[in-house]
Amino acid sequence: MAAYLLKRTVQILLTLFAFICIVFFLVNAQPGDISNVYALNPELPPDAKQRMQEQFGLNQPLWQQFLVYVKNVLTGSFGLSFSHYPRSVADVIGERLPRTVALFFTATVFSFYMGFVLGKIIAWKRGGWTEYATTLGGVTLYTVFTPWFALMMIWLFAFKAGWFPIGKFLDPVLWRDAPLNANTLFNRMMLTVFVVSVIVFAIFLVTTRRRVAGARYIQIGSLAAAAAVTVGIWWSTDVGHLAWDLIEHMILPVLTLTIISFAGTMLLTRNSMLETMREDFVLAARAKGLPEKAVRDRHVARNALLPVVTSLVFSLAFAVDGSVIIESVFSWPGMGQTLVSAALAEDLPLAVGAFVFVGIFVLLAHLAVDVLYVYLDPRIRY
Amino acid sequence: MAVETAPPPAAPAPTAASLRKVRFALMLRSLRENWGLFVSTRVGMIGLVIILFYLVLALMHPILMNTVWDERIYDPVVGYAFDETRQPAPPSRSHLLGTDPLGRDILSQLMYSARSEFLLGLLAAVVTVTIGTTVGAIAAYYGGVMDTILMRFADIMVMLPGISVLIVLSALIGVEHFELALIIGILSGFGGTAILLKSQALSVVVKPYIEAARAAGGGPVHIIFIHIVPNLLPLSFLFMMFTVTGAIFSEAILSFLGLLDVRMSWGLMIHTTEAAGYLLQVGAYWWLIFPASLSITLLCSSFYLVGRAMDEVINPRLRRL
Repeated sequence: MAAYLLKRTVQILLTLFAFICIVFFLVNAQPGDISNVYALNPELPPDAKQRMQEQFGLNQPLWQQFLVYVKNVLTGSFGLSFSHYPRSVADVIGERLPRTVALFFTATVFSFYMGFVLGKIIAWKRGGWTEYATTLGGVTLYTVFTPWFALMMIWLFAFKAGWFPIGKFLDPVLWRDAPLNANTLFNRMMLTVFVVSVIVFAIFLVTTRRRVAGARYIQIGSLAAAAAVTVGIWWSTDVGHLAWDLIEHMILPVLTLTIISFAGTMLLTRNSMLETMREDFVLAARAKGLPEKAVRDRHVARNALLPVVTSLVFSLAFAVDGSVIIESVFSWPGMGQTLVSAALAEDLPLAVGAFVFVGIFVLLAHLAVDVLYVYLDPRIRY
Repeated sequence: MAVETAPPPAAPAPTAASLRKVRFALMLRSLRENWGLFVSTRVGMIGLVIILFYLVLALMHPILMNTVWDERIYDPVVGYAFDETRQPAPPSRSHLLGTDPLGRDILSQLMYSARSEFLLGLLAAVVTVTIGTTVGAIAAYYGGVMDTILMRFADIMVMLPGISVLIVLSALIGVEHFELALIIGILSGFGGTAILLKSQALSVVVKPYIEAARAAGGGPVHIIFIHIVPNLLPLSFLFMMFTVTGAIFSEAILSFLGLLDVRMSWGLMIHTTEAAGYLLQVGAYWWLIFPASLSITLLCSSFYLVGRAMDEVINPRLRRL
């Protein structure tokens, strides 16, 4: 397995290099360069333009520019952003990437769970009206024009009902004399969630593996206890209401994302279940006289899970794409919104930087899923 | 929808004409069988009806423009509804879906855009399938180095986040419908479609008739395009459907964000609404938001549904026990 992972890592690194090359040639294939942004400015004397070209190394041969570019990518320096001047691109991305990751990780976990459970059920009730209704509804939600659906959610839950704030990352009024800035708080919250979920996951793993009596109660109990303790501790600090403000702004985007993306998992689970249901071990399980629910959950669903996990790869690639839409509509400043606003403002350093980071993120996600897959399917031995 | 396997030679000494006849009869029979399976999935029929509805809308537009509709009022881009006092005007008898904030007829815009969506989807799908089947067949036929290069390239393409690529490209170069279709076609043709069609082609390459063709002196080009590619066609039709969904969806997203240089499209209609500030007045100005958004949703999901129904026809493992 170590050899396989090494091979995969080398492959991913090669892919990453190819990706960086593609981005470079895309940027350089267009006529003109960065100094053209100021071409129409009458205040700018010609020698200033020349100086700028020298400064950016634009008068060097292309291969030298390429080397400089690769060096810059590896050291993470993408220059200064035009639209967020004087902040550097790396700074803007460092602020926004964790947000998108948090948003999408939450939504992906919810939608995969929901899709898997629903897919199990409709595969078992094949041919009934439940199946047609769920499939139609699921497909419609899956292919719904996302901005419109997000808009309807905002209109319904935020504008009409007023349960949630309309878009944005935080409520500036609350933060006027806050003791710390939003990013610090957000990163602390993410750290908390990470630690708590690792602990809960460990408890789940141990109780399942050791076949502890009453594992189910221990699991539910520990989940509830962890949640209660976390909320309690956060509530007692003086930034509790600010943390809640951030969460409140996240609920609607996460909800929207979950609703539009669960159908993909659901339909895939259904197909995978239908294929697994023809296997001999299912017949054997039924012949043993196991109840239908046990056959479905313990025998068919577990084996049908594999392709669903593979689809996580594609859904993670989609996640970054999806963030473009959702974040733009909700004006939620994450990676996607950064990319779109940079593209609209022709802020090339930021657009290219964001794009490269998105690419790296997707590649790392692929690697993570590969590792997960080896762990999940004992039949795969590399 | 197409022939599953190449037909066996029927007569002892088949002439070209009789062979074609047999082939045609076989095709017709399998078409009828597959059509029956397709109808029995129901969801596929729903999709087909929606597609036909929009096709009729798209085809009606030039006819209406030449006969009933006055060009100065009903032109989807430069028309202005002089007969309304306030813009956007609610639906009336002369403007069935009302007018947009710039005084243009919504129904006319909707029908005009339907045509370009179909063209876009069709072009993207054809490019995807042409590239995908060719790449898949070549990789499977030659194997070795060729296979490795093509498939690693496909891996990169699959990992590229599509919408983000399109956004960056639209910031770098002006993207219109034609370029968009080409980009989507290339991305998906060299990427996911090629990978899946290659795995199908691998099962074709080992069939005895490929060996026979080779023994009869067929060159690589002949074998790939006459013997392998036709057997990949049923599966590639399936990917055509999914590509159409993807293309229409991407177009709508990009023009909604205002990143495309197109004259008129469903996404642009919503962009206009947003720019004019009517986006959250869903109740009062529903005709500015619902027709375009619903059209995008319906057309995307109909192609997706047809694709899924075809999947059940093509993939025997999904058939009912």
